[in-house]
Amino acid sequence: MTTATLVTSLFVFVLAAFVGFEVINKVPPTLHTPLMSGANAISGIAVLGAILVSGTGNLTLSAILGLIAVILATINVVGGFLVTDRMLQMFKKKEA
Amino acid sequence: MNWSEFLPTGIQLSYLVAASLFILGLKQLGSPSTARRGNQLAAVGMLLAVVATLLDRSVLSYGTIFLGMAIGAMIGAVAAYQVEMTAMPQMVGIFNGLGGGASALIAIAEFWRVLSTGEPLSLTSLIVIVLGILIGGVTLTGSFIAFGKLQGILPGSPIVFPLQQPLNVLLLGGFLVGSVYFMTDPNTLSVFFGLIAIALILGVFFVIPIGGGDMPVVISLLNSYSGLAAAAAGFVVNNNMLIIAGALVGASGIILTNIMCKGMNRSLTNVLFAGFGSDGGSSATAGSSGSAKANQTVRSVDPEEGAMMLKYARSVVIVPGYGMAVAQAQHSVKELVDQLESAGVEVRYAIHPVAGRMPGHMNVLLAEANVPYPQLYDMEDINPQFDKTDVALVIGANDVVNPAARHDNSSPIYGMPILEVDKAKSTIVIKRGMGTGFSGVQNELFFEDKTMMLFGSAKDMVGQLVAEVKQLA
Repeated sequence: MTTATLVTSLFVFVLAAFVGFEVINKVPPTLHTPLMSGANAISGIAVLGAILVSGTGNLTLSAILGLIAVILATINVVGGFLVTDRMLQMFKKKEA
Repeated sequence: MNWSEFLPTGIQLSYLVAASLFILGLKQLGSPSTARRGNQLAAVGMLLAVVATLLDRSVLSYGTIFLGMAIGAMIGAVAAYQVEMTAMPQMVGIFNGLGGGASALIAIAEFWRVLSTGEPLSLTSLIVIVLGILIGGVTLTGSFIAFGKLQGILPGSPIVFPLQQPLNVLLLGGFLVGSVYFMTDPNTLSVFFGLIAIALILGVFFVIPIGGGDMPVVISLLNSYSGLAAAAAGFVVNNNMLIIAGALVGASGIILTNIMCKGMNRSLTNVLFAGFGSDGGSSATAGSSGSAKANQTVRSVDPEEGAMMLKYARSVVIVPGYGMAVAQAQHSVKELVDQLESAGVEVRYAIHPVAGRMPGHMNVLLAEANVPYPQLYDMEDINPQFDKTDVALVIGANDVVNPAARHDNSSPIYGMPILEVDKAKSTIVIKRGMGTGFSGVQNELFFEDKTMMLFGSAKDMVGQLVAEVKQLA
């Protein structure tokens, strides 16, 4: 990684953080838990990085570490989205 | 443009779409009517990002990746469907840890890969690798300690030992020195392993001095860290998708952390480093105020009398706390409310922002019991209503209803915004005994003339109230 790419990445990071603050700022307390677990599922995006480092083709140590990372991050993604959905299913207005 | 030129562009464009879906999804998660669709949008974004990444030309072997994803998806799905709603704080805690662990592993694996190919490592690469290991490692072990505390494997009270802070400073200093050394000579593997070890130990030390009642802050902070860890991993493998998603999650975690700190009127540093509610300084003041109250009398009622008060009230406000979660009493509470409502009583729920062990904990439990969310009131909305309320029913909450927070400036919880149940015409408190809350402070609410104590587990007592209310019909 060169310094130039680092700076570009920093731009992306900081701007995305501002977007995050703006988008999430006004969430009613009722939704705090689903927001947290939904965001948590999104942080499982690390699975992409894990795929990239584990898919090099050779069974090297780094590929094995990457594979473990794939498993951990996939648990995070799948579990996170499903449990959030399960929770949100329960948030209903009273019928009738 | 042929295929091999188009593919990298296509992958990047898919990332752009996926990032937009994440942002839209998070936005929709902010409103009850769209929240479910928001979560689904984000999931679609994730699927798109994963598929796009699989097409990356550096990905050569699919077998092991698919195997890993299948294993992970299975474990994740089973966990998501099996978990009890009362166990959600632990669940979110452990998921945070897994995300952080994955990010740390990516940093380690990437370092290893570059080292073994003999390519030179630039200073910037080394910096982001060290950062990835630090944030990811702290998130991993910190979350596991938080899980242990919430699950009851570790004691929920703060664990403090002498020289804790100096030791933390020493470890952090050691990490800095080690990082500098590592950047000048990345081939010294012992230093590299030392850095990993320090990051893992720091995570443990970061969470063990924090007590159970402060867990909403810790869980949201760790949630933020898991995002930052993913962003750091994005810097390591130079992938914008990871950086954007990580930054979004980092921001949302910080917002929630901030809301939780405000709910307790304490600063983040105070939550993280004060060892609040431990046997240290706070119990000394608690002891003195406790003994001053010791000779006061407590009025207790039986379920029959309690049921009578509730049934013949015009308006009742229910204040649930961690005790309701522990006893899994949410369904009984809903049943009681149904009984009261059919008798013509107006019933509302008052939710304190830090009630329970994670942000929004009570809301989830009550939603599970089919309580419609418009019946739940935030602190600011319900507090002006208490003086028009006949009965406030406190179920397993303590510090968040202690009037000392308003006027006793020697109390450790002084200044914390509370639910003003003492302004109701009468108050019934369901509690197992006279033990203090998380802060270690005796609650002066219990000694007031219009407060009745109903001693017992939340589930038993609410169940008996339901039976008595039915008999009165």
